[in-house]
Amino acid sequence: MHGESLQHSLAVLLFQGDGSFWMPPKGSTTAAEVDWLFYFIFWVSMFFFTLIVTLMVVFLVRYRRRPGREEADELPHHNLALELVWSIIPLGLVVVIFWVGFQAYLNMSTAPPNAYEIRVTGMKWQWLFTYPNGWADSELHAPKGVPIKLTMTSEDVIHSLYIPDFRLKKDVVPGRYTSAWFQADEVGEHNLFCAEYCGKEHSSMLSRVIIQEPEDYLAWLENAAAFYDELPPVEAGAEMLKKYGCVQCHHVDSTASTGPPLNDLFGREEQLAGSQTITVDENYVRQSILEPDAEIVRGYQNVMPTFQGKIKDKEIDWIIAYLKDISSHYEQPELLLGTPEAEAGEAAEATEPAVEAGVDEVPPETSADGGEGVGDE
Amino acid sequence: MSEHHEAAMSTTETTTKNYLNNKLGIMSWLFTLDHKRIAVMYMIAILVAFLLGGIFAILVRTELVAPGQTITDADTYNRWFTLHGAIMTFMVIIPGIPAVFGNFILPIMLGAKDVAFPKLNLASFYLYVGGALFALLSIGLGGVDTGWTFYTPYSTSTSSAVIPIVLGAFILGFSSIFTGVNFVATIHYLRPPGMTWFKMPLFLWALYATSIIQVLATPVLGITLLLLIIERAAGVGIFDPGLGGDPVLFQHFFWFYSHPAVYIMILPAMGVVSEIVSTFSRKHIFGYKFIAFSSIAIAVLGFLVWGHHMFTSGQSNLGNMIFSALTFTVSIPSAIKVFNWLATMYRGSISLKTPMLFTQSFIFLFGIGGLTGLFLATLATDIHLHDTYFVVAHFHYVMMGSAMIAFFAALFYWWPKISGRMYNETWGIIAAIMNFIGFNATFLVQFIMGSKGMPRRYFDYLPEFHIYHLISTLGSYLLAVSFVVMAVVLIHSLFRGRKAPDNPWGGATFEWQCASPPPTENFASPPPVRDPYDMTWLVYSKSVGGFIPRAGREVGDTP
Repeated sequence: MHGESLQHSLAVLLFQGDGSFWMPPKGSTTAAEVDWLFYFIFWVSMFFFTLIVTLMVVFLVRYRRRPGREEADELPHHNLALELVWSIIPLGLVVVIFWVGFQAYLNMSTAPPNAYEIRVTGMKWQWLFTYPNGWADSELHAPKGVPIKLTMTSEDVIHSLYIPDFRLKKDVVPGRYTSAWFQADEVGEHNLFCAEYCGKEHSSMLSRVIIQEPEDYLAWLENAAAFYDELPPVEAGAEMLKKYGCVQCHHVDSTASTGPPLNDLFGREEQLAGSQTITVDENYVRQSILEPDAEIVRGYQNVMPTFQGKIKDKEIDWIIAYLKDISSHYEQPELLLGTPEAEAGEAAEATEPAVEAGVDEVPPETSADGGEGVGDE
Repeated sequence: MSEHHEAAMSTTETTTKNYLNNKLGIMSWLFTLDHKRIAVMYMIAILVAFLLGGIFAILVRTELVAPGQTITDADTYNRWFTLHGAIMTFMVIIPGIPAVFGNFILPIMLGAKDVAFPKLNLASFYLYVGGALFALLSIGLGGVDTGWTFYTPYSTSTSSAVIPIVLGAFILGFSSIFTGVNFVATIHYLRPPGMTWFKMPLFLWALYATSIIQVLATPVLGITLLLLIIERAAGVGIFDPGLGGDPVLFQHFFWFYSHPAVYIMILPAMGVVSEIVSTFSRKHIFGYKFIAFSSIAIAVLGFLVWGHHMFTSGQSNLGNMIFSALTFTVSIPSAIKVFNWLATMYRGSISLKTPMLFTQSFIFLFGIGGLTGLFLATLATDIHLHDTYFVVAHFHYVMMGSAMIAFFAALFYWWPKISGRMYNETWGIIAAIMNFIGFNATFLVQFIMGSKGMPRRYFDYLPEFHIYHLISTLGSYLLAVSFVVMAVVLIHSLFRGRKAPDNPWGGATFEWQCASPPPTENFASPPPVRDPYDMTWLVYSKSVGGFIPRAGREVGDTP
């Protein structure tokens, strides 16, 4: 496996893909200007560096101490004109570099007034992108050829949204909004990183940017919410765990990570930090999602962000359905197995035993009409 | 030749009692007020810290040799890089050259018997030890995972042992302030008659500029760290937005110290280079006043650029513009120094011994470290490069490739004076070359992966970055081996080394006119003040194995 990544990285190094030796591919309208400036500074630096090293090596060789050259030549100890020359020439160059860099930066940091707005929430350890119709997703979809403005805030600590292909980076700070913008003129996919150290899973706080044709983007956005409504609740629940990044910390097997594992969780007895014992039921799951700091399982730290205001009730229902499905502590009502169920589209009370839990083999009727959830603010 | 020999005899006779052997026993060290003994204790403590920080560096690089989990988990990795950064910054590089070579050399170079406040000097050492132990206590308490920068609100919300290490850094800050106060007072008040400001060796100008920063900037770090502790321990909202605080305020406070701290690291290094370049070229330093004033300029301008660490933080465009412009101004005095060193070498008589080889390595590496700073001072390119391996590579070229390499140049330059022994020159050169290759292999590739988009402080990475990480890790092993070779060379010299002459390299500054190792009082009477870079009165003597005054131009003779 390591051999593969080594070969892959070597191939990228040698053939450069769409990027250059130093820079990744250019994905945004401002990338070309940044790259031009980068290479301008690079060649200015190379000139001075080569000059310094060449002089150094030539002097070391020519003036090396040897028989007949025990003493240095007697030369003046200073020369004002020379000092001024090598002060003023670099000064002129850095003034130019500063100014060009500042102008390019203004273009990069000032969003056009008609930009399409997407809200970004950073949290340990995932990204959530909320679109104008209220749909929230862990990946950043955007139409091509349109300026996109990102209005960003953090739930917990400082994160930083970094899209190398767009040459875009902006800190995502709790308690305030920061903003950034880009415009991508090509359809494609790009890496998105968290660049500000934010703890244990910092290096897995990754996402993708998916640039689509405007009509594809709108179709995706329209279908995205409805898509989950059409899935069986158990499958939708599994998708929710990925969408909200739960699986970063809660593994769907029996290995403990930052949070308790989800396998066999539902119906399990858990020791709380406050030393009482609870059985994981619908209410505990719901509370853990909305008020994660209320009751912590012993042995785990209080690091989970709240999903209050971000997750919808029916999405919690799906998650509960999924948790029941992967738990051996939960008895599936055999009586109802195989019977069609009609609740998938309704916002069932989380406290009700979810009768749909056992029906993961049965495709639900496509009753979900998206009457709820899609388009609500 | 015979008169050379006589001159040598007359100096060696007075060296029977020196600072190392005039009092014996552990207590004579622990309670010493001799600046030279305090310097030696600092040297041992700082090299131990360097070893510890280096072990964490090698662990970090080993974890990164391949994507995914290699030797540890993310939590442990985060503790490793935090400890590596905190130890290297607060316990090694910041005190480094001033506490070891400043303490040892500054009073001698000045012609003084000791620093102005010897007891404060000893107190500074014990604060260092206490601060270091406090900081290391955090390892025993489960480690710290904040990164050495302690950014809020992560540092106020993580469950790891933040308070001990922050308190440790707070105490280490006082150690630094004490040293700074001492040096400023010494340079102002203990210059013997005739030692005017412009007769001082450039190393002293560099230490003076450094001390000013230590005294003025370090209290800000102290207050900031104290506020952090108050917020963590008492829940007072200073930086936590949940309590009405401002998380970016911490970054301003932190970098208001920590950026000038970069100049605390690099200015003494530049001072060392000025001395070594001149001595080993056997030529008067070129542009003395420009080098001296460029140190002061760097110290002053260094206070005004902290905001360049926050170009992506949401700081206003106006703020970003001002900090970018000011940052560029620092590049000019740095460039002036490099050109002056080269001009000093021009038509010199250059002896490429171990200290000079390290110094040439410094000029090469500082060239890269300084020039890559241009990419980061430029707003448009910094947005892309900030918090990537490009920054990691840049500051390692400056802090390790420049400041630490100058530390080792100084160690090999003044080792004969400090220990009284000569080391094996061939092995010193081999170590310096290995060090140079290992360093570049480790960090040059980090520029490329950084500009390609590899963020820093990542436990795991995408497969396209594998080859760079692999090369970097292999380079770091060679770098580690070079330090082992250096340690062997120096320790070997203590037992088997030839006895050092008073002036093995031909330096004209005062420390080469007292015995090796110096007597406790340094000089019976201060030598006459002359141009510290005029070496024409010195000549190499084969029988002594070092430089001695020319016939008719003895020590004490004013030309």
